[in-house]
Amino acid sequence: MRWFGKIPSPADLAAGDEKAEAALRRTWSTPTGVLGALSTVDHKIIGRRYIATAFVFLMLGGVLALAMRLQLAFPEARFISADRYNQIFTVHGSNMMFLFAVPVMEAMAVYLVPLMVGTRNIAFPRLNAFSYWIFLAGGLLLWISLALDTAPDVGWFAYVPLAGPQYGPGKRADIWAQMITFTEVSALAVAVEIVVTVFKLRAPGMSLDRIPIFVWSMLVTAFLVIMAMPAIMLASSSLILDRLVGTQFFNPAEGGDALLWQHLFWFFGHPEVYIIFLPAVGMVSAMISTFTQRPTFGYLPLVLAMIATGVLAFGLWVHHMFVAGLPRVGSSFFTASSMAIAIPAGTQIFCWLATLWDGRPIFKTPMLFIIGFLITFVIGGLTGVMVASVPFDTQVHDTYFVVAHFHYVLIGGSVFPLIGAIYYWFPKMTGRMMSETLGRWAFGLIFTGFHLTFFPMHILGLQGMPRRVYTYPPELPWAGLNLFVSLSAVILAAGFLIFFIDVLRSVRHGPEAGSNPWNASTLEWAMPSPPPPYNFRHIPVVESREPLWTSGETLPVATGLRLDRRELIVSSVAAADPEAREASPADSIWPFLAAIATSIMLIASIFSPWAVIWGAIPVAITLTGWFWPKQTPEDES
Amino acid sequence: MKERMALDLSHLPLHGMGSASLTFWGTSAFMLIEGTGFALSIAIYFYLMSLAPRWPIEAPPPDLTAGTILTLLLVASVVPNILVSRWAKRKDLRKVRAGLIVMAILGLLPLIPRAFEFPALHVSWDDDAYGSIVWTMLGLHTTHIVTDLVDTVVLACLMFSKHADNTRRYGDVEDNALYWNFVVLTWLPIYGCIYWVPRL
Repeated sequence: MRWFGKIPSPADLAAGDEKAEAALRRTWSTPTGVLGALSTVDHKIIGRRYIATAFVFLMLGGVLALAMRLQLAFPEARFISADRYNQIFTVHGSNMMFLFAVPVMEAMAVYLVPLMVGTRNIAFPRLNAFSYWIFLAGGLLLWISLALDTAPDVGWFAYVPLAGPQYGPGKRADIWAQMITFTEVSALAVAVEIVVTVFKLRAPGMSLDRIPIFVWSMLVTAFLVIMAMPAIMLASSSLILDRLVGTQFFNPAEGGDALLWQHLFWFFGHPEVYIIFLPAVGMVSAMISTFTQRPTFGYLPLVLAMIATGVLAFGLWVHHMFVAGLPRVGSSFFTASSMAIAIPAGTQIFCWLATLWDGRPIFKTPMLFIIGFLITFVIGGLTGVMVASVPFDTQVHDTYFVVAHFHYVLIGGSVFPLIGAIYYWFPKMTGRMMSETLGRWAFGLIFTGFHLTFFPMHILGLQGMPRRVYTYPPELPWAGLNLFVSLSAVILAAGFLIFFIDVLRSVRHGPEAGSNPWNASTLEWAMPSPPPPYNFRHIPVVESREPLWTSGETLPVATGLRLDRRELIVSSVAAADPEAREASPADSIWPFLAAIATSIMLIASIFSPWAVIWGAIPVAITLTGWFWPKQTPEDES
Repeated sequence: MKERMALDLSHLPLHGMGSASLTFWGTSAFMLIEGTGFALSIAIYFYLMSLAPRWPIEAPPPDLTAGTILTLLLVASVVPNILVSRWAKRKDLRKVRAGLIVMAILGLLPLIPRAFEFPALHVSWDDDAYGSIVWTMLGLHTTHIVTDLVDTVVLACLMFSKHADNTRRYGDVEDNALYWNFVVLTWLPIYGCIYWVPRL
């Protein structure tokens, strides 16, 4: 039996699965060594790499948070200078939003979406590799600038005129703006890949009403990225132009406007919250179904609620600007739309509660994080309704109340589900289980530490403590609560430390997981753990929303893809009917080289606009290598 | 897990065209990103206009000649562009080759009036916010034309190579034609903003 250059018949496959698998492994494996590591286009390797890098940034951002809490533990403390403190809170916020929260959610999708939709690789895998390297370069730019004491010091929102040429001399604000470019290029690339993967690479039979809810959540998120991120790219590019070549976008003396920055920033910045939250909705839905052993209640309402959240997300940005002196009619509209977002959020919460009510919940570690999420996110949502009201927001704007609110929403709404998701999908990614005991300790410390840290900040805010101050006088009544918050932050950090230790320990020493340790229903659990390079030996044929629960012991599959070259099935958008067999690109060093060339161009352009012209030459050369055509079976046909 | 053979896909074509092609969807997604960017730049234009006591702030309205010639060229280019797309769909290699050469020329020609558009604005990018936004809009669209021109030239070279006569390449030609239509379409509101709004 010859496996190369031949399409095996079903009879061949039944007779020779081992040979077929060996052939598939040869075709889809990444070469070993450094060159292989730099050249891989396997979505699983890139996804794991992305997730690990994002968690390193989380850890580094957490260290900065502890540094801030050390400084604020006592009035008039002198551990950190005012200038350094400005850099630290700017890098902390920018890092957590741009280098952790958005990338980690997209990274989870890079790993999981192709597995969940039943395909062998993501759409545009070389773009996927490029996006990771660009993301890494942007992260390094920010952190190296902090190490060199030239980090941005203008807040993660970089408001002008503070970030403009007059009040922000040097290159700090430019570094912030260019870091944005890096991370947005990478986020947009991944968003495109996800959209196309979900639309066109779904397994036969996975019609729109059979897509797993996590995949729906990432599809809506990808559209949010596509529609929101051009705003911040325009904003940051305009800021660079104002600073580098003297444009006047934000200069009121020449017809520009500082509020234009805020409009553009928050037109992106508020959808950003949902870019982070919606993947968590998908994760929670996946986990809650598995740990109640029943389909998530209200598939259609959940999907519609996610789409409604995505649409409404663009109608809220002005609630960040209530104190900016905008017309009252506008404020009323944005108050109403801000409060309206509670409707889809409430729909989601009630769907999950109904699932729990009607199922038999199994309280493993991922479920504990879901419970933590439900409690914390509801509190964050309630304070969200409070700050959506203009009179209340006017009182607490730029105080620690807002700091408390957004940490409740972001950590409660996203990080809790994410940590639960890591416990949940870790066995699939590594083939090993994480420790249940350490997981419970991690949850207990993170949950307790989180609430002890951030709940008192509401009170500090109501007492008038402003954000972004590096110290405060002893006569104000804030010292006791600040010390309490700082000590509580240590508990929170200890919880994360246990989580990280558990991850590192379990990668090598965790018990073996098997293919489906949680008895879950979606396709990623139909393959061995960790998945082989080709994901699926045969592409599954989907006949229901919970294929692994309804197919019993026998999964229906499709045959007909070649074994000697990387082929995917392209299917129709609505019904997922097979339309074509599509070649998937081979490993290549060119995306890595293109990312280096692009990074050099972007960093150099902080210093000279000519860098864009000269830097385009190596970028063009690397892109030529990237897209250089090869002889394909289509040429032969 | 055991498997049951339910579907044989070996008869499927090796590459889809139109909406069956991944690059069609990738191109569409990038058009959505760029379209959002252009829409936002137009929003910035009107936002700054709403704040200004007069518009343009300190300059006469731009001269119409260069921008209008460019617009006519772009609109005229849509006809051969659609023909190239049709020929690609029919896999008519000879006509596709000829069409791509025509489209490369029609991609290059608008850059001539574009070079005259910048001085026709009567304002520098650093004079005031009006100058900044109109230069940015023109700059963005020029980048748009140049990238598609490069794409067309590369594709034309490919279509004269041994890699030409296959479904994937014909699909690329269709996608390139789709993108050029987008380049033309995005220009029309920008043309209206830059040249006609100051005359209203």
